[in-house]
Amino acid sequence: MVLLAISLNHPAKFFNWGFISISIPNLIMIGIIFVLFALALILPFPSHDKSKGK
Amino acid sequence: MSTMWTTKLRRATVEKFEPQDILPDDQPSYVASWIYVFGVMTLAGLFVIIVTGFILTTKGIAWWHTSSVGHFVNSAHLWAVELFFVFMVVHLWGKFWMAAWRGRRFATWVTGAIAFLASVGTGFTGYLIQTNFDSQWIATQAKDGLNSAGIGSFFNTLNTGQAILLHVALLPLVVGVITIWHVILVRRNGVVPPLDAQEIAGGAK
Repeated sequence: MVLLAISLNHPAKFFNWGFISISIPNLIMIGIIFVLFALALILPFPSHDKSKGK
Repeated sequence: MSTMWTTKLRRATVEKFEPQDILPDDQPSYVASWIYVFGVMTLAGLFVIIVTGFILTTKGIAWWHTSSVGHFVNSAHLWAVELFFVFMVVHLWGKFWMAAWRGRRFATWVTGAIAFLASVGTGFTGYLIQTNFDSQWIATQAKDGLNSAGIGSFFNTLNTGQAILLHVALLPLVVGVITIWHVILVRRNGVVPPLDAQEIAGGAK
């Protein structure tokens, strides 16, 4: 058995807020999408030097 | 003017495509942004999904329970799907806030939306064929939901055979065809420019 840093051998915990009920792993994935979207807009894109030719 | 169907089909398809549009070697400067990368990253995810899915299909749905290689391929399939949807959602948000249907790109937007919905359906049917307690639970809950929506007789989630065929044959065909159509439209019309940028010939028309 490979040991993991985080034990996944149990049902996921859930975040409950009013009628909203979502598992923590799903919530983390949605958070990653928001972070990725923000980084895609903010981070500069590496550009190549056109003077070197194609 | 010829009325042959082959002539009409040729004029409606291949004659509309310029080689430099289909396989360009240059792009407008505004494409140099990370937000433009997520479409092709979604395609890369789809490629891994298809390759791992093909292996899983040939070995059978119970293979991953009994083989460490099967477990690895099944996990690669799952995580490729996770990344596929992460990249596709960022791609969708980027294009939505760019109003990517501008410049006669409505068909590109609609084919992308259909590809997204077909992908969600393919993902759901994938959950049904894990052959474990998780898939049993999901199938019974989905059966209740579809029955209450009045379409339970068309999509019986408790019928594993139907779920397998939907997941490995019909829905991948739909996703594949729509995705190819979507990419062809992107190549033909060019990528959409940012809202404050001018359309640039050569990469966008």
